[in-house]
Amino acid sequence: MTFEAIFAGFGGQGVMLMGQLVAYAGMYEGKNVTWYPAYGPEMRGGTANCSVVVSEEMVGSPVISEPEVLVAMNRQSLEKFEGMVKSGGILFYNSSLIDSKPKRNDIKVVAIPANDIAIELGNARVANVVVVGAVLKATNVVKPDTVISVLQKTLSGKKKDLLAINQAALEKGMSLV
Amino acid sequence: MVERVMMKGNEAIAEGAIRAGCRFFFGYPITPQNEIPEYMSRRMPEVGGTFIQAESEVSAINMVYGAGGAGARVMTSSSSPGISLKMEGISYIAGAEVPCVIVNVSRGGPGLGGLSPSQADYFQATKGGGHGDYRLIVFAPSTVQECLDMMFDAFVATDKYRNPAMVLADGLLGQMMEPVTLHEITDLKIPPKPWATTGATGGRPLNLINSLGLVGEELERINQRIQAKYREIEANEVRFEEENTADADLVLVAYGTSARIARAAANKARIQGKKVGIFRPVTLWPFPYQQLTDLAKAGKRFLVVEMSVGQMVEDVRLAAGGLVSVDFYGRFNGAIPSVTEVYNEVMKLTSKQGVA
Amino acid sequence: MDKTATQVFGRPQSLQDRVLHYCPGCTHGIVHRLVAETIDELGVREKTVGISPVGCAVTAYNYFNCDMQQAAHGRAPAVATAIKRVLPDGVVFTYQGDGDLASIGMAEIVHAANRNEKVTVIFINNAIYGMTGGQMAPTTLPGQKTTTSPYGRDVNTMGYPIKVVELLNTLTGPAYLARVSVHDPKNVQKAKEAVRKAFEIQVAGKGFSLVEVLSTCPTNWGMSPVEALKWLEANMIPQYPLGVLRSPESKEAPNDI
Repeated sequence: MTFEAIFAGFGGQGVMLMGQLVAYAGMYEGKNVTWYPAYGPEMRGGTANCSVVVSEEMVGSPVISEPEVLVAMNRQSLEKFEGMVKSGGILFYNSSLIDSKPKRNDIKVVAIPANDIAIELGNARVANVVVVGAVLKATNVVKPDTVISVLQKTLSGKKKDLLAINQAALEKGMSLV
Repeated sequence: MVERVMMKGNEAIAEGAIRAGCRFFFGYPITPQNEIPEYMSRRMPEVGGTFIQAESEVSAINMVYGAGGAGARVMTSSSSPGISLKMEGISYIAGAEVPCVIVNVSRGGPGLGGLSPSQADYFQATKGGGHGDYRLIVFAPSTVQECLDMMFDAFVATDKYRNPAMVLADGLLGQMMEPVTLHEITDLKIPPKPWATTGATGGRPLNLINSLGLVGEELERINQRIQAKYREIEANEVRFEEENTADADLVLVAYGTSARIARAAANKARIQGKKVGIFRPVTLWPFPYQQLTDLAKAGKRFLVVEMSVGQMVEDVRLAAGGLVSVDFYGRFNGAIPSVTEVYNEVMKLTSKQGVA
Repeated sequence: MDKTATQVFGRPQSLQDRVLHYCPGCTHGIVHRLVAETIDELGVREKTVGISPVGCAVTAYNYFNCDMQQAAHGRAPAVATAIKRVLPDGVVFTYQGDGDLASIGMAEIVHAANRNEKVTVIFINNAIYGMTGGQMAPTTLPGQKTTTSPYGRDVNTMGYPIKVVELLNTLTGPAYLARVSVHDPKNVQKAKEAVRKAFEIQVAGKGFSLVEVLSTCPTNWGMSPVEALKWLEANMIPQYPLGVLRSPESKEAPNDI
């Protein structure tokens, strides 16, 4: 089983981190993983994306041409990547910021009002983790506990106070699917 | 203790160098290798090393020449246009027999090209690149783990032969993250360097780092000595990997990033019952000519996959010696072949064979 | 009679016992000697690494009796930077001509000076390319004829002579910048003082030192050695004023030696 996802949004939404959370968790579960960012001029225009592969097999290419999973955190990303999603795949989109509906009807579409939920939880910056929670629940790519342990490792020291809200965001996201 | 972490290829290259005892880094910013100088600027002070952001790639490679000549484990890194700028210095380094490691995280060309990954610097890396009769010992990692491990291999080789070594990666390897196991290296294998310009203490004979041979046949003698060393490197240092070649009708030949894509395509074709193998040169110079010739003699056809218009394919054709057909599939201008594209090419070639 | 003779003058230990290949009347020999005497006097020969340039002094490694590296054209300051970083207790000097330092190597000299690398640069300014056969240098005087300025250097199309020590003196970094000449014994003495000062500053860890030495090239100037010395005095010194522009004692005000 190979999981291939593209996480896309604008700079500051934490899309690179979303991909890294999943990739790190995959590594802790002993799987083969790759994380590959858009870089150079692609990241200068205000949009950012990364591709994540989690697999039992050795990963051939970290570049994904037909993602099974697309996470679109803003409208530009939805427009850019919706057409690439593999038939039967899943599209998660941030309905707090995207007012138009995805057009594909051969894929599963999940709307997550990520910013609204994050604000309700008390920190707008955890919108990305809310969506990661939804992705985990819908795909079972890695175990939620593993992601929590990644969060625990990442949010240590000065950032320790942020652990609780991130964990809450993850759980909230999981409950939406 | 063995530590497992996620790292970018660029970071792995830098950490691999530090763990291999490299304490001098001279470089200049260029995408997609900037994580290497950034990492070095942070790490070198922690290990008592020296990082200088040079005024140019030209200065950086000449700093490498100076430090290597003074006996230090030293490296520089750059990407394609920057490597072209370094070529005069690299030729000097080869001529003066100064050990050092040069990393090329290559991008598309020619000219300023693009920032996307590319394998179009194969000729430059393996056929000399600068002026004069010289070679670099070229390692081509295909995973982030290998980016780390091959820095050690490159430093060992460069010190052993007093010949510059290159680690040839590309923007994809440099930018991607993969899990990496960080081994502590206990035996650094740094040989004594009695030839280095460290000051002629205690009445020892003077040391000279030089590539000039003006008098009589001095230059020919120098070249003969260097060439003899190259024959030794060819005999000892060829590295390659092969998988499923024994029963294969078609062998995919690819290095670096292309090798991992080709392997995935070959495995996919195997599932369809196609007898497909994979051969991956790990050192690009010395090149595994003999091993490929043996496969050709056994009647295997070749499909070379590269992120270029076809450079290594010329070496594979040399090795095949006209015995078998050598096909090529490449994407270039910064495009990356997908597993599906390579798989389709394999299916096309193997079914053609079936019809014939 | 011989028993009472004492040697008062001889070859410095830091020069090898070889015949120099330089043309008759060339002042490279004098400057080599000044550098070698200084290395002897400071007792640092065994920890000195010199860097020869591309140009007439390319084979200076055959003359200096210390470890040497030969650098690519213009890159000696980069090579010196790295050697000194590897050998912080060593003494590192470059010996460069005007084409090497002020044309192709302008970036390297400016940045080594700006980083205040603890190295010494001996810069030979003879207003011409010697080894390649008398072409125009960045320091060639206005109107001066060379093989690539056969009608004389036209400042409107070929620019003005580059004043290296004045240019480097705009930087905050360097510790010592001086211009000297070797056209007569008095000036040779002053040149020696400057070279010695430059090495002392390096040994004391005070930073970057550079001595520009106005020199002759009788062969490519098309003059006898004596005429060349006179030409230097009459033409080069007005263009390139002598003196110490920068020293650790007075980082600001230029003063005489």
